[in-house]
Amino acid sequence: MIEIDFTSVAVITAKELRDALRNRWFVFYTLAFGGLALALSALGQPLSGRVQLSGYSRTAASLINLVLLFVPLIGLTLGALNLANDRENGTLDYLLAQPVTRAEVLLGKYLGLALTLFAMLCVGFGTAGVALALQGRAGDAGAYVLMVALDILLALAMLSLGFLVSTMAGRTAAALAGGLFLWLLLVFIGDLGIMGSAVLTRLPVDTVLGLTLINPLQLFKVASILTIQANLEVLGPAGVYATQRFGDGLLPMVVIGLLVWGVVPLGAALWLFTHQEKFRSRRSRQ
Amino acid sequence: MIVAENLTKRYGAVMALDHLAFSISPGEAVALWGANGAGKTTALRCLLGLLSFEGKVIVNGIDVQRRSKQARAVIGYVPQEASFYDLSVAQTLHFYARLKKAAETEISRVLQNVQLEEHSAKRVSALSGGMKQRLALAVALLNNPPILMLDEPTANLDVQAQRDFSHLIQNLNQAGKTIVFSSHRLDEVLTLAKRVLVLADGRLKLECAPEQLAQQLELYRWLRIWVHAAHYHSTQQVLRQNRYVCTPNGTSVYVRVNEGSKMAPLRLLESQAIPVEDFELLDQQPAQEALP
Repeated sequence: MIEIDFTSVAVITAKELRDALRNRWFVFYTLAFGGLALALSALGQPLSGRVQLSGYSRTAASLINLVLLFVPLIGLTLGALNLANDRENGTLDYLLAQPVTRAEVLLGKYLGLALTLFAMLCVGFGTAGVALALQGRAGDAGAYVLMVALDILLALAMLSLGFLVSTMAGRTAAALAGGLFLWLLLVFIGDLGIMGSAVLTRLPVDTVLGLTLINPLQLFKVASILTIQANLEVLGPAGVYATQRFGDGLLPMVVIGLLVWGVVPLGAALWLFTHQEKFRSRRSRQ
Repeated sequence: MIVAENLTKRYGAVMALDHLAFSISPGEAVALWGANGAGKTTALRCLLGLLSFEGKVIVNGIDVQRRSKQARAVIGYVPQEASFYDLSVAQTLHFYARLKKAAETEISRVLQNVQLEEHSAKRVSALSGGMKQRLALAVALLNNPPILMLDEPTANLDVQAQRDFSHLIQNLNQAGKTIVFSSHRLDEVLTLAKRVLVLADGRLKLECAPEQLAQQLELYRWLRIWVHAAHYHSTQQVLRQNRYVCTPNGTSVYVRVNEGSKMAPLRLLESQAIPVEDFELLDQQPAQEALP
């Protein structure tokens, strides 16, 4: 049984949060994301294809593509580097020699970074939202807020995957490589691979949909589109099929899918971290 | 206070600890002695519950395998080279105090104990090696644990820092703390330990008093002694009569001495009214032709 004292978790969370907020990368990412979100909202002309939208919804649609590239990259790399970096510089060994359990350390670190990402996304989306409100282009604010919530879910899922990579990687470089590989896999290779396979092997539409929805980024994309319009026509035949097949149940289904992507890799990381041979230190056999 | 029974640690086919059994009483200062790879660090990490192991370890009445976190709460740990986060000395102590559930007032007490009060605002990265070890000791003392475990704590320190640190540990032992430390430095063992557990290839090879260690392990050095020509032969005679291995070398005499009793031949000659004009301690064995 895994022993967890939430006071210890909170102490580590607070430290991680404070470290991250002082980190120049956090400042850079926040400014970059906030700036891009602001620029997209100011441009007015969305990247939303054929969809006719306005105000918040238009900005939300434009932000989907930004989020699909940006958030997984941040979540995966931050998560992958965290434990691996601490392991390599020896601070993890020293922390684990204190009266804490490995589960408390991992959860504390995860929550610290999760709060950091939450703050960053709130700043980014908040900036764009305030700008739109000031311009008097406040349309469907509810859809915008829902998309921000989905964005946070995606960030947490990516962070969980990053932590899983970090738990398995022996060194920082390997963890970073693993995180970047996963990012490429999810953002580009997964999408193109399914499209290529569908064309070459003439996969049935339900199989294409199933394969697509394995990818957490596609789950986010589907959920986000459903928050600003009732159907998935923009995603082609698979999107139309999904709308017809699942109807109103599709949005809860993909949201649950995203939640599963947040919980399962974190659970796996927790299990691995608490069960792997303790103290993989350079001096472990002296 | 600490009991290890059949403590065994395997890394695949390699036996890092081979059925170790020992016990340490409250207030004792015990050294784990051994060369690199003997199993000292592995043994300490098993006592801390940081490594899985076979056998049984009880620390302050706590079964380490079942309740390793609780065991670590009664142990202050000082590694060979502690790695700290990029914080100030005070922030570092605040973080570990909260983690150990120690009162904030303890911070000033431990800072005073390790003489780091005036450095509390400094970044840890700006501290010298000796100061970092003292900070690690301060962290270890935060919740006033009854046991201190130190893994070659002075290995990376200069001579003065070694002395200062050893003095701190001595004081803590005198104040009632149980001390367990690993070392391969005889002077440190002689200064701090009341008992020595000698490890070799993961096994407990010997258990002895620190004063017996050099003799038991045949840890020799060579003393080169210069005496006046009139005393040259009597010097060799006296040394041989007292079972010293010695050999003349022109104007001087080489004497094999035990670590820990290097002064003994000089005192012996003095007691026999043979004045020593000069001496030199050799870290390495003299050239073969100079030896008996």
